[in-house]
Amino acid sequence: MSILVNKSSRVVVQGITGKTGLFHTQQCLAYGTRIVAGVTPGKGGTQVEGISVFDTVDKAVRKMKADVSLIFVPPPFAADAILEAADAKVPLIICITEGIPVLDMTRVYHFLQRTKSRLVGPNCPGVITPGECKVGIMPGVIHKPGTVGVISRSGTLTYEAVDQLTRSGLGQSTCVGIGGDPIIGSSFIDVLKLFEKDPGTEAIVMIGEIGGEAEEQAAKFIKKNVTKPVVGFIAGQTAPKGKRMGHAGAIIAGGKGTAKEKMEALQAAGVVMAPSANEIGATMVRILRGEERQRSVAS
Amino acid sequence: MLLHEYQTKEIFKKNGIPVPQGEVASTPDEVYAIAQRLGGPCVVKAQIHAGGRGKGGGIRLVKTAEEARSAAQDLLGKPLITPQTGPQGKIVHQLWVEQPSEIEKEYYLGMVMDRAKACPVVIASVAGGMDIEEVASQSPRKILKEPVDPSMGLGDYQGRKLAEKLGFTGSTASQFTSILKALCKTFQASDGSLLEVNPLVKTKSGDLVALDAKFNIDNNALFRQKELAAMQDTREEDPTELEANRAGLSYVKLNGNIGCLVNGAGLAMATMDTIKLYGGEPANFLDVGGGASKEQVSQAFQIILADPNVSAIFVNIFGGILKCDVLAQGIVDAVKEAHIQVPLVVRLEGTHVEKGREILKSSGLKIEPAESMAEGAQKAVSFVAKG
Repeated sequence: MSILVNKSSRVVVQGITGKTGLFHTQQCLAYGTRIVAGVTPGKGGTQVEGISVFDTVDKAVRKMKADVSLIFVPPPFAADAILEAADAKVPLIICITEGIPVLDMTRVYHFLQRTKSRLVGPNCPGVITPGECKVGIMPGVIHKPGTVGVISRSGTLTYEAVDQLTRSGLGQSTCVGIGGDPIIGSSFIDVLKLFEKDPGTEAIVMIGEIGGEAEEQAAKFIKKNVTKPVVGFIAGQTAPKGKRMGHAGAIIAGGKGTAKEKMEALQAAGVVMAPSANEIGATMVRILRGEERQRSVAS
Repeated sequence: MLLHEYQTKEIFKKNGIPVPQGEVASTPDEVYAIAQRLGGPCVVKAQIHAGGRGKGGGIRLVKTAEEARSAAQDLLGKPLITPQTGPQGKIVHQLWVEQPSEIEKEYYLGMVMDRAKACPVVIASVAGGMDIEEVASQSPRKILKEPVDPSMGLGDYQGRKLAEKLGFTGSTASQFTSILKALCKTFQASDGSLLEVNPLVKTKSGDLVALDAKFNIDNNALFRQKELAAMQDTREEDPTELEANRAGLSYVKLNGNIGCLVNGAGLAMATMDTIKLYGGEPANFLDVGGGASKEQVSQAFQIILADPNVSAIFVNIFGGILKCDVLAQGIVDAVKEAHIQVPLVVRLEGTHVEKGREILKSSGLKIEPAESMAEGAQKAVSFVAKG
């Protein structure tokens, strides 16, 4: 089992004819993802990699029954692309685009509240269910099917964690990059809810970073609602205040959003914090071994 | 992107937000002329991107145009040290000269993006002129907040509500509401990420005036805020950070001596943390992007080496889509071009890592390989310790 995407997901790529969109379409196809349509306004009727391109998401959904949208549209047009996917009633919208003005995201966010669509991102690596479906830009090869769910605000740091898990023999149920922007579609809590419900997920890795209070809110949620073991890590312990660290959302502003506060909140919620980014996999191994022992004693 | 006080006040004026009458100048003679035009006493304010200017002597109340000129001579071209500039201070290039206001009471008015609510939020307080973070932590009850609907904007009723809570009555209350609405409009129309009027003052005649102003624009929106983008004062920015920006790299200078070159913001932060964990100090944050190119790697090396404190470099790359062999070749070429003299530790992981490591090994360059982020950080720290 998994969350969000699986082998029957039917993906439409918005911005399929652009350089990035085309490259990652090829990569996703090679992984086995069912990409059923592409959208680029003005390029309707053409084909890319044997995939039909449409002018609108609406038509792509009508003709090809897509149920996941993957967005590579450049920042000035990305907000509109998300709205278009939601208008076409695509249940899951995954936006990779980095650099969308935050004001656009305030409007998108509130628009989406009135629809049934779920947005992951923007400024994220996407979602992968190993062995089944890759809807994003992450390297497929480092993943392995299994039972650890991964949620992260980061890209390459997620790959680092996944790689450690895979090398330790721990596969992943689904890995979700929620994005590094200040305003994002799905929060840690939204994804934690899904992992908690998913019978295919036994344990969760949650990777946060400085800025905002999403980790603190997630900690409260975990304490009350998550029964599965959670391993946590927060990047940016040495980040200076008031400086944006790459991601638009990674900034300690007004003395708020430090790594220390987040780590303490998560720890207090029963999350086991990895002592360094290098030990995320090893920490999960320790937790799961402990669990296994407990279980064998119980039986 | 941060604007100067004078730039923000000019924007305010255009949008109907009352500010003291004033002009900007960059020479003592210009200051003299402005002071004469204004007539009578005036305030000369140093224009730098840092708070605490009053404490640093950067705000002078003068009685005559002559005094204004001498204040200008005193300030222009010299570093101004405030509690926020650090010991080296910031060079004053421009001065804002304005009419003094007769202050009866000071208030705080601000706007920020509320991440959790996903909308702008107005912050107001009767504790004006003070550090709002301090007010928030010591007397949070004095902080009033109103969310702004991203599509509808601020409602009149919200202005009236805040006016009442701040104690404004009569025409001052209605003036407050119209100022607040104009501020929200300006914030949204300019893609603001932070706007502060601290203080907003009530003058003895009962009028409200924005006495100081700080305005931060969302960098991601500069493509459509061309007028504002042109206002950027590059003299206020760290030159290396500017250069990195132009090269599409994300760089933040820190105070340590281990240069870091990493792909991805999260991994870059984690790399700094790991260096610190093993007793070292990172010299910088540098993200070459999740899919860095050979050219970017080369530029990144040059930017890191521009910092004289750097006495070792730690390259930590998780090659995903970008193959490690391509990247290794990029590193080898960059090292040869940049004539890197300091010890270089490289940790490569991901697709085609074996080929990548082989390229580094056979290059004949002095590159210390590391198998993991921890090992790499440890090696870099020990190089620095050896001196």
